[in-house]
Amino acid sequence: MAAVQWRSRGRNYDAELQRCRPEAALVEFGDYHPLKPIMVTDTKTRRGTRKGSTSSSSSSSSSAPADPLSSMLDGTDPLSMFAAASASEAPAMSHSVSAGDLGRKKREKEEEVVGADFEPWSSKRGEILARFTTTEKLSINLCMGSDKGKAPSPGSAVSEKVRTRLEELDDLEEGSQRELLNLSQQDYANRIEELNQSLKEAWASDQKVRALKIVIQCSKLLSDTSVIQFYPSKFVLITDILDTFGRLVYDRIWTMCSDPRPLPDSFTVDDVNDTAKETCLNWFFKIASIRELLPRLYVEAAILKCNRFLNKSGIQETLPRLTAMIRGIGDPLVAAYTRAYLCRVGMEVAPHLKDSLNRNFFDLLGTFRQISGDSVQNQLVLQRVEVPEYLTLYSPAINWILQCIAYRAPELLLTEMMDRCKKLGNNALLLNSVMRAFRPEFVAARATDFIGMIKDCDEAGFPKHLLFGSLGRSLACADPPESERLTILNEAWKVVTKVRNPQDYVNCAEIWVEFTCRHFTKREVNTVLADIIKHMTPDRAFEDAYPQLQSVIRKILTYFHDFSLLFSMERFLPFLDMFQKDSVRVEVCRSIMEVFIKHQVEPTRDPVILNAMLHICKTMHDSVNALTLDDEKRSLALLIIGFIRMVSFGRDFEQQLSFCVEARATFCNLEPVLVQLIHTVNQLAMETSTVMRGSHSRKTAAFVRACAAYSFITVPSLSSIFSRLSLYLLSGQVALANQCLSQADAFLKAAVSILPEVPRSISVEGKLRSSESFLLDFINNFLATLLVVPDHPEHGVLYLVRGLLNMVQDYTWEDNSDAKVRVYVSALPLLAAMSQETYLYSIPKVDSNETLYGGDPKFLSEINKLCETLIGQILDHLKALGRDEQSTRRQCALAFSLFGVLLAHGDLRNNKLSQLAVNLWNLSHKHGYCETRISVRTLEYIKHQAHLPDMTHLTDTVQRLALQSRT
Amino acid sequence: MSVTLDIRLKRANKVYHEGETVAGVILLVCREALQHHGITLSMEGLVNLQLSSKSVGVFEAFYNSVKPIQLISSNIEVAKAGKVPAGKTEIPFEFPLNTKGNKVLYETYHGVFVNIQYTLRCDMKRSLLAKDLSRNCEFIVHSQPQKAKVVPTPVNFTITPDTLQNIRERTALPKFLIRGHLDATNCVISQPLTGEVVVENSDVPIKSIELQLVRVETCGCAEGYARDATEIQNIQIAEGDVCHSLAIPIYMVFPRLFTCPTLETTNFKVEFEVNIVIVLHDDHLITENFPLKLCRV
Repeated sequence: MAAVQWRSRGRNYDAELQRCRPEAALVEFGDYHPLKPIMVTDTKTRRGTRKGSTSSSSSSSSSAPADPLSSMLDGTDPLSMFAAASASEAPAMSHSVSAGDLGRKKREKEEEVVGADFEPWSSKRGEILARFTTTEKLSINLCMGSDKGKAPSPGSAVSEKVRTRLEELDDLEEGSQRELLNLSQQDYANRIEELNQSLKEAWASDQKVRALKIVIQCSKLLSDTSVIQFYPSKFVLITDILDTFGRLVYDRIWTMCSDPRPLPDSFTVDDVNDTAKETCLNWFFKIASIRELLPRLYVEAAILKCNRFLNKSGIQETLPRLTAMIRGIGDPLVAAYTRAYLCRVGMEVAPHLKDSLNRNFFDLLGTFRQISGDSVQNQLVLQRVEVPEYLTLYSPAINWILQCIAYRAPELLLTEMMDRCKKLGNNALLLNSVMRAFRPEFVAARATDFIGMIKDCDEAGFPKHLLFGSLGRSLACADPPESERLTILNEAWKVVTKVRNPQDYVNCAEIWVEFTCRHFTKREVNTVLADIIKHMTPDRAFEDAYPQLQSVIRKILTYFHDFSLLFSMERFLPFLDMFQKDSVRVEVCRSIMEVFIKHQVEPTRDPVILNAMLHICKTMHDSVNALTLDDEKRSLALLIIGFIRMVSFGRDFEQQLSFCVEARATFCNLEPVLVQLIHTVNQLAMETSTVMRGSHSRKTAAFVRACAAYSFITVPSLSSIFSRLSLYLLSGQVALANQCLSQADAFLKAAVSILPEVPRSISVEGKLRSSESFLLDFINNFLATLLVVPDHPEHGVLYLVRGLLNMVQDYTWEDNSDAKVRVYVSALPLLAAMSQETYLYSIPKVDSNETLYGGDPKFLSEINKLCETLIGQILDHLKALGRDEQSTRRQCALAFSLFGVLLAHGDLRNNKLSQLAVNLWNLSHKHGYCETRISVRTLEYIKHQAHLPDMTHLTDTVQRLALQSRT
Repeated sequence: MSVTLDIRLKRANKVYHEGETVAGVILLVCREALQHHGITLSMEGLVNLQLSSKSVGVFEAFYNSVKPIQLISSNIEVAKAGKVPAGKTEIPFEFPLNTKGNKVLYETYHGVFVNIQYTLRCDMKRSLLAKDLSRNCEFIVHSQPQKAKVVPTPVNFTITPDTLQNIRERTALPKFLIRGHLDATNCVISQPLTGEVVVENSDVPIKSIELQLVRVETCGCAEGYARDATEIQNIQIAEGDVCHSLAIPIYMVFPRLFTCPTLETTNFKVEFEVNIVIVLHDDHLITENFPLKLCRV
């Protein structure tokens, strides 16, 4: 093909725009339009006339602009509707559901009777396990055999040796008697879990007797109080097994009755068939004959619920009996926990039976004197456990019992309970549990009384700081009378501040911080902080108390959202200084930042806030190192960005810029922050321009140049090539908009110069992807900007365009890719646009090439020459593509896009160009890859164009364009 | 070829009273049709007596076991020789529980020296080549409720070192005072034994308090009679050093099969006693015995 001569088509953009602008059709009031808010004023009369508008015909007369998406749904969203449906359908579907599930569902239902405000056992569980730990060695003593312990009868003929051997064999079979010594706490928990598993296995394989034996052995472990510190945790672990057992038995009997259809939730004894009753009765007889007291109690309590199958009043009669039987347990701690278990089961099965709960508590009070008895004291001496520590072991059990009692209990009962506790000589242990278990409102209303009682308690027993801790916890949830608040705080703090042990101190102080924040001002909080600092600094005690100190910060942040107030608290920053472990420090900073971002609505310039926040952000930033995870970096960067966006010095742009300079120095390791800073500075420049209404004074001009300089030196420090590219482009545009021509030139030149560095593949969300499409996007964007960039007087014509095209030429594109040629194709419209008399767009106060060259023929011929080179290159490429069978489809697409460009931007009056266009059309249709619909529409478009004045020449061309039929 | 023969009673708990009808089905499950020479079903109630080696010597005990006493016996032919079709076959049956003459149906009781047992036995005779099949099934008889009103006759007790008998050294005994009561010594067998025990004081801590249920079986025979007391079960009601002067409940369920209403016949006797056993920490064992009279209402 011979070289083509390029002539750009002359364009009259205004006229074209006029032609293209559709006639504005007003939407009639009441006509349907999807983006109109739904506003139905008169549904009845209108309904008949609106036919196609089904979606808006909902008769909701909400006058507020409702979201069209949400208005599609009436009321509930489909997910919650499903949830509701499945809840109500549950009984109907139950045929397919295994009975175990059914039983569980039932249980859930019943727990609802108790209500959501009842703190369930499951939430206490973890806390107890975490709190009561030991480093001592534990032992498990299990004897599975029924009566191995009996002494052999003396006159037996078998020799001792043979017998022991036989017994060993038996042992292997049943695993009868085992004593596992020297278990660590973790081992112990694992062993218990193993037992839990083997219980389930035994049950599943129909070895009911074995299952019962396991349960009995487990509950027997609860009578062992060696390593007493661990007892509460042991209780938790073992009662898990008991719960499992109770569930298994109940579910099994339940299944026996569910033939032919499952029992209703509110079944009565009459619904239960005889076989099920007999099985149930059998369980109770079996359990009634368990020799030892403790296992008998626990196992019967575990299957308490099964009484429902036997008779109506079973549970009602059993609970008091079991309650009374607990009196037979000598060890007060074991008894207290047994009571707790009974209450727990009672609350679950029959929450309405309050009497036995109370009975349990009174019995507990009755046996309190045992604690000071010889048996207990001897044991403590033997195990070297102090009395205060021993007393705390009771707390979970007593707390639980009291919580059950106090749940929805009338005020009168609570008062009575309190009086009883008082009568017992202000027993601190009880007092503590009362405060923990009773409603916070109840405690709060009597806070002063409680303080009095706490003071009266004798110091030797239960530690007072725990008492104040419990009181503080209640006061954090409920408000005491206004007039007493200050006295309460003073009284409480008087005691708290005297606590010697830093750990105890901080545990207690942490709780009281909430009360202080809730009711008092910065002054009091500051005092409290100062006190904490004073206590925690000696011997670096804070190192062991990070969780508590963090919680202090969290509490303060919940109540103080005014950051200028917060940072003006003298002791706040010194308090932060106590977090010296990096990870904790960062976490604290992070939580502060999160609150800041959430609650700081107005941009700020308050130096106090800025300094403090900079300090905090710097801490976060400095924690970043080579090992920091990407996610971590990202979230830190987001937080810092959030801060930067909140900083505004109003009209004081220079100060803002200097803040950005400082921030850049501070946060140089986090790229997203740098990107944000560049954006901020660019925005600053644009704001300046807005303020000056587009014409800069000498001073502002210098300032925007400074901004440009800032961006220019910041961009290279970014590692991501595409952020660099786009920021160069953006900053270039900003510079141009602010009439900083040389700066804009520099930006664009820099962008061009780093183009070759773009790698061929980049990682996007962790996956390696080809960078080609990104690069093409960027180049197109860049080309569009180049239209308004005036040529540099010292460089040649179209210096930047040429530079870009050269870079494109030299860039190592992917093999088998048309990207380079695509760039050429898209450069043609730019060049065509440059040769117009008036440009499509321009920047105010910047003279583009149109004015600089004023349509100089030399300039135009330069452009044309460039176009011709490009077209030549494209045609070469097309030819090359033609050689290969496989690339014909690409050839066709490329040819068609060039045809499109020629049509839109080329002057087809020129014969050669019009011939080229026809050739391209034919080439693109040669292999039938063209989509006919597009071809048809293109033809229609050309015909339409041909009707316009100046375009009549197109009629010829059209006639030469044959539409190839598919066949 | 597998055949299973089973007897299924109508009542899930298998408990019947005199005058009632024992009803149920014989269940035959086989894969192919089964040839047999007749199926018979028999019901039998027996009292087995055994002499304890302690009272009459090892050999006599072994050989001289007393002849069992038959309480009831009946036999029916369920099916004549023929074929049972393949699959599951249920043959219903009924036996009236009526005694002949003045015999009484004693309540089912499983003891050591006295056993009162009622069984159903199903036999299927088969050809020479195949083994005969048989199946046993025990059912439980509860005696007729006692007509006279039960007078509970509660009993109070106080145990101190002074009230004890059979002591080796009275001086070595620690001081203690234990009081309590049983709500009834005439007990209804289906109701638990109840009462209270209070440790008023004790110098030595208590290790355990237990209830020991004991059966006393007496067998009469030619040489005289043998009376033996053995433990049925031992239930702990207190463990460890219990709180003083706090009432601890006594509660024991009478185990099924191993207890029956107190029985006195010409040939044998079955009686029950309960022991309250207090074990002190220095392993002193204090036992207080209470004879019980069980009855059914």
